[in-house]
Amino acid sequence: MTAERGWRSGFDRRDLLRGAGLAGLAGIGAAAVSGCGSPVATGVAGTGPPKDSLTYWNLFSGGDGVRMVAMEDAYTKSHRDVSLNSVTLSWGNPYYTKLALATLSSRPPDIGISHISRLPTLARAGLLSPIDESALGAHGMTADKFTAKAWETGHIDGKLYCVPLDTHVHCLYYRTDVCKKAGLLDSSGNLKPIKGPDEFIAALAAAKKVTKKYGGVVNITADPSTCYRWFITLYSQLGGQVLADEGRTIVLDDDKAIKVLTFMQELTIKQKLMPNTVDGSAVQQMFSTGQVGFLIDGDWQVSTYQTAKVPFSMTLVPNIFGGPYSVFADSHVFVLPKDPQRNHKRLGLTMDFIHTLETNAITWAMGGHIPAWLPVQHSKAYRELKPESNYASAAQAAVYDAPAWYSGAGSDYETVVGSAVASAETGQMTPRQAVATMRKGLQKYATTKPPVS
Amino acid sequence: MAVTTVTAAGATAGGRAVTTSDESRVPGENKAGWLLFTPFLVLYVVFLIGPAIYGVVMSFFHTTLIHTGLGSWAGGANYMEAFKSSDFWWSMWHTTYFTLMTTPPLVVVALIMAVLVERVRHFRWFFRLIFFAPYVVPSAAVGLIWGFLYAAQTGLFSTWVSQIGITPPNWLGDPSWALPSVALATIWWTVGFNFVLYLAGLQDIPRDLYEAAAVDGATPMQQVRSITIPLLGRTTLLVTILQILASLKIFDQVYLLTAGGPNFTSRPAIEYIYDIGFTDYRAGYAAAASMLFFVLILLVGAVFLVVSRRQQRGV
Repeated sequence: MTAERGWRSGFDRRDLLRGAGLAGLAGIGAAAVSGCGSPVATGVAGTGPPKDSLTYWNLFSGGDGVRMVAMEDAYTKSHRDVSLNSVTLSWGNPYYTKLALATLSSRPPDIGISHISRLPTLARAGLLSPIDESALGAHGMTADKFTAKAWETGHIDGKLYCVPLDTHVHCLYYRTDVCKKAGLLDSSGNLKPIKGPDEFIAALAAAKKVTKKYGGVVNITADPSTCYRWFITLYSQLGGQVLADEGRTIVLDDDKAIKVLTFMQELTIKQKLMPNTVDGSAVQQMFSTGQVGFLIDGDWQVSTYQTAKVPFSMTLVPNIFGGPYSVFADSHVFVLPKDPQRNHKRLGLTMDFIHTLETNAITWAMGGHIPAWLPVQHSKAYRELKPESNYASAAQAAVYDAPAWYSGAGSDYETVVGSAVASAETGQMTPRQAVATMRKGLQKYATTKPPVS
Repeated sequence: MAVTTVTAAGATAGGRAVTTSDESRVPGENKAGWLLFTPFLVLYVVFLIGPAIYGVVMSFFHTTLIHTGLGSWAGGANYMEAFKSSDFWWSMWHTTYFTLMTTPPLVVVALIMAVLVERVRHFRWFFRLIFFAPYVVPSAAVGLIWGFLYAAQTGLFSTWVSQIGITPPNWLGDPSWALPSVALATIWWTVGFNFVLYLAGLQDIPRDLYEAAAVDGATPMQQVRSITIPLLGRTTLLVTILQILASLKIFDQVYLLTAGGPNFTSRPAIEYIYDIGFTDYRAGYAAAASMLFFVLILLVGAVFLVVSRRQQRGV
């Protein structure tokens, strides 16, 4: 109201608008002058980033995000002449979609994080630059300094496409108070080794007697990834494979899969040692409040329970089926998106950045992930990091997703298999029906023309 | 504020928009109109019409998210695949089922709430506020809150139901409960919007009609039945169509609460499109599926148009 009156009495409205417009333009100009290095300014001007800057994209939030920022800070402190532009995007599809589209439009970050399970698809699509191993060696990063399993998996058609940062695995969490009362701990307070289905069931039953509710828990509802990880851990211990030939052939072994699902139903339905209806928040509450003695979940949950001051420890998921020890895993890796503008100097900066983060990986290890950098993995500091170092040997027993255009972290392969596993665990399907559902679901992908090629 | 804005919108969409007659136009007004319209038109073309046309084109190619350009010519292959895909049709059914489950209660409950609040003498603002409040909560927060309420073993609902001696259902983990559970959460979340539309509609009903009815000895129930409901006809039509369209767009709550599970039994059409487009990189096929979904929405829109024309003629 007052503004309207003001215009009428004193100002000419056009003058006012013209003035505002000029002020706006001046503002943009000032921003452009002062913000030469900002991504917006360089993007608009099309000049590309200045020489001594690095753009790094990752998908870490929560505790991992905090630790990654701490490692980046270590880098910025020792490299004051480089301006590090770190971008955190949300995990999963949003991240990979943006990474792919930025690379296609020739504006990729210098360095990106990827899951090693997504690597084959990204590499086959031509979105990544292979990494020159001799150049990497010149920066102190050679094959013998990395977890062999992750290093080998990082090779596609004989070329290295990533530098592994960690291996993250599924672990057995156990409450020390419950297990002590159940007589499952040895004299030094560690869980006595568990082998085979009978010992595992006995341990869960002993814990159930203490908790009066359940022995253990694995998430089921709205979390096909966790269902998939638990299934593939057991299925691999039987030597089973799901996909072959880049996902074009399904080699699911019905008998082995049925054996695994029958065992899972034994736990959730027949003996009620684990709940058959449970979801993410219930899992955390049940383990935090001692309604269960055991939890099978990713190593990255360690900080959740440390923060909640739960009396617990962690170890390897037991070898239930007696084959060569294997457990579901994935690795966070550094990748170099294909960038026509990447020159020798920028490549050097990039490798130096990766090297600095690798040498600071003890910070990363506190989040539960097993550092891939062996100088850290073999260090005293890591060995003394408990419970994180208890399961370090899992890094070599890692079972990664089989390469296929539809596999990898957060992929439909994991969702299709995991959803069928969930239906068996809740008792909505028999093991045989669940295996048939898996096969039917995967068949559609196997016969679809791959978008990558 | 919200109430008055919505009244205007309600009146226009209800068919009472003022039509300017051609004679009253000042010369040059047309040009000025277009000029004022341009900023909107530019944005509309760049961000809506353009991408939509590109989407139609893309649906005839094997476009992917990991290669530049449209990819190889697919012809009708994408459409054929969608027609034959049971996953696609199941997701269309889940969307339809969700719409059928949510629309009637969201219309009826909103009407009841509005009529009741209108009769309250004191603190009317308070009831208006609390009934509308959930609507402003972002979907992520709604997902979180209802996720806790529905949590198996430890959730509030499971605890309540067990206390009265019934085994609680697996709210989000049982195929026959997952979508109804999401529907219930949605009703709580969005009923406030329809409630406000009805409140606005109620303001338009002249007081003297009620007074006259009261003088003639009509009970409150008779007043509602013979005055309120008939005179809210246009609002009801508007609320219903807006609700159908909103329900057809279901994605957030399902994605957050069940992730489309268990075993894809609650995955709606938009999540199917999201999965194939972004998870599987198959943009071309996703575009074809989107077009088929678009046709469904278009059909619903056309039905609305026919019904509202007929209603206008009737009045």
